[in-house]
Amino acid sequence: MLKNESKNLAKKIRINSLKMVHKAKASHIGSALSIVDIVAVLYSGVMKLNPNDDKDINRDRFILSKGHACVAVYSALYEIGFISEQDVQTYGEDFSWLMNHISHKVSGVEFSTGALGHGLPVALGKALAAKNKKENWKVFVLLSDGEMDEGSNWEALMFASHHKLSNLTVIIDYNKLQSLDSVSNTLGLEPLKEKIEAFGCDVLQIDGHDHTVLQSSFNSRVSDKPLVIIADTIKGKGVSFMENKVKWHYKNPNDQELIDALSELEGDYA
Amino acid sequence: MHYLNWRVTMRNAFINELIEAAEHKNIALVVGDLGYSVVEPFAEAFPDRFFNAGVAEQNMMGLCAGLASEGFHVFVYSIANFPIFRCAEQIRNDVDYHNLPVTIVTVGGGVSYGNMGYSHHAIQDYAFMRSMPNIMIASPGDPMEVRACMRYLINNPGPSYLRLGKSGESCVHKSIPVVRPGRWLPIYGDNMSKTYLCTGATLQLFYKMNAKSLLGEYAVKSMPLWGMNSKNYQSKELQKYMNVITVEDHLEDGGFGSWLLESVNANLRSRVTIKALESKICGMVGKEGSLHDKNGLSFRSLIRSREL
Repeated sequence: MLKNESKNLAKKIRINSLKMVHKAKASHIGSALSIVDIVAVLYSGVMKLNPNDDKDINRDRFILSKGHACVAVYSALYEIGFISEQDVQTYGEDFSWLMNHISHKVSGVEFSTGALGHGLPVALGKALAAKNKKENWKVFVLLSDGEMDEGSNWEALMFASHHKLSNLTVIIDYNKLQSLDSVSNTLGLEPLKEKIEAFGCDVLQIDGHDHTVLQSSFNSRVSDKPLVIIADTIKGKGVSFMENKVKWHYKNPNDQELIDALSELEGDYA
Repeated sequence: MHYLNWRVTMRNAFINELIEAAEHKNIALVVGDLGYSVVEPFAEAFPDRFFNAGVAEQNMMGLCAGLASEGFHVFVYSIANFPIFRCAEQIRNDVDYHNLPVTIVTVGGGVSYGNMGYSHHAIQDYAFMRSMPNIMIASPGDPMEVRACMRYLINNPGPSYLRLGKSGESCVHKSIPVVRPGRWLPIYGDNMSKTYLCTGATLQLFYKMNAKSLLGEYAVKSMPLWGMNSKNYQSKELQKYMNVITVEDHLEDGGFGSWLLESVNANLRSRVTIKALESKICGMVGKEGSLHDKNGLSFRSLIRSREL
C-alpha cells in the first residue's frame, strides 16, 4: 500500500461522505470524518479484499461497529469497486439498501450494525471461526469511544484475550466526543490503554489520522494476543468548522456549508 | 427397552441428537457457563467446537452470530431466560435479522425452575421469540419430540429457539414423530370436532390426564414447531374443529394461544379457548405442578375449560 494511495482515497471518502449526507439530509458526518483515515488505510492494501467476489473465502473481514458512520465505508466501497455510483446515489432514499446505519445488504459489508456494542462480539465469533478452520484471513472491527460504555465490549475483550484471538484487530475511534457530551464528561474511559492491557490485549495508542503510523500499527502484531489500536482522532476531521463539535454528530450541512467544506478539503489536498 | 422405561430426559435427548449430528455436520455448541452433567459428552467428543462463553450473555449471542456467519450451525445453551432477555437485542439484530443458523436452547421452559423464583421462570419467552420474523420456535413436549425437533432444525438450519422442560418428562410418543412447522401432531383420541392443542412440556399434563381417563371426549394434539412463518396453515386446520383449547405454560399475553388467534380470521376465533398461566404467577414460587394448579393449568381447570 502506498501512502499517497491511502491519502488520495481518504480525500475521496471525505468528499463523497459530505455529498452523501448533504443530499440525504443525514446525520453523523462528524463521526464519519473521524474514521476516514483509518478506513482509507485499511482499504488501501492492509485488508485483503476482492471487489469481484464479496464472499471470497480468503477475504479479510471488516465490521464497522459504529454503524452510524457508514458513509465513510460506503464511500470506500464505491471507490474500490464494490458498489456503483448509482448505488451511492440511493443513500437516504426510500427503500435503499444503503441505510443510514451500515447494512449487510450492501456488497462488501460483512454485518449490519446500528445499536452499539454489537460489532466486537460478532467479530470475535468470526475470528474464532477462522482459527477453528485454520484459515488465515483476519478480522478488523472499528468501534467508537462512546461505544466503550457498553458492557458487551468488555465481555468480548475478556473472551478475545482468553482465546488468544491474534487474528483480531480492534480499532477504537477515540475522538473524545460522544453524542451528547464529551467522553470525559459522560463516562470517563481513562486510563483506557491500561484498562485494555489489563484485559489481556496488546494495545497501541496512535495518531488516528497519520497514515504511516496507521499502516505500521496494523502490521505490528508481535504476540498471540488480540491487538487493540486506540486511534486518537478528531471528530469532524478535515473540515475546520466541523472539528471537535458535538453538533456535527447530528447536523447535516446546508448548501453553503457543503461548498465551504468541499473547498476546504480541495485546498487541503491540493 | 420398552419406550415407557426409557428414562432419557429432554436435555439428554437434545445432547444425544446434537452429538450424533455433529459427527457429520459443522455444528458448534456454546454455553453460558451452564450445562453441568448435560454438555460434557459433546465437549469431550468435539473439544474444538465447544465454547464456554462465561457469564456474559450479550457477548455470547454476538459471537454465536459471528460463528454462524462463517459456516457453523451454532447451538447456544443456557437455562430459563438467560439466553433470551439479557441478549434480546443480539438475538434481534445479529441472529434474526441476518437470518443466521443459531439455535438458542433453553432448559427450564415455563416454571420448571419452580422454587428458583421469577428470575428463572421462562413465561414470556414465546412472546419475544414469536415476534422475530425468522425464528422458528421448537417447543417439544417429550423427549421424542425433542429428537424430532432437533432433526428438523439440523436439516433446516436457521434462527431458531428450542425450549426444553427439566422435570424428567416422560416419553408420550412411542417413536420419534415426524414434525413440521405449524402442523398439529396427533397424540390422543380421534375426535375431529373437539381437541386440546398444546405446546411445550404441557403435553405432560395430558399424559397424566390420559392415564387417569380425564380427557373425556376431547382429542389431544401438540404443536412442537411454530412461529411467525407458520401461521398460514392454521385456518385450514382450525376449520375442522368446533372447539380447540390451546394449552401452554406461558403467560397468555404474547403466547401460543394468542399466536393461534392472530393466525386465523375473525370467524374462526370464537372456536378457540386459551389456557395459559395467569399473570398472578409472577413472583410466586413452588413446585411446577403446584404453580400450574394455582394458575390455570390444573386438571380441573383444563376440564372446566371444555364448558366455556
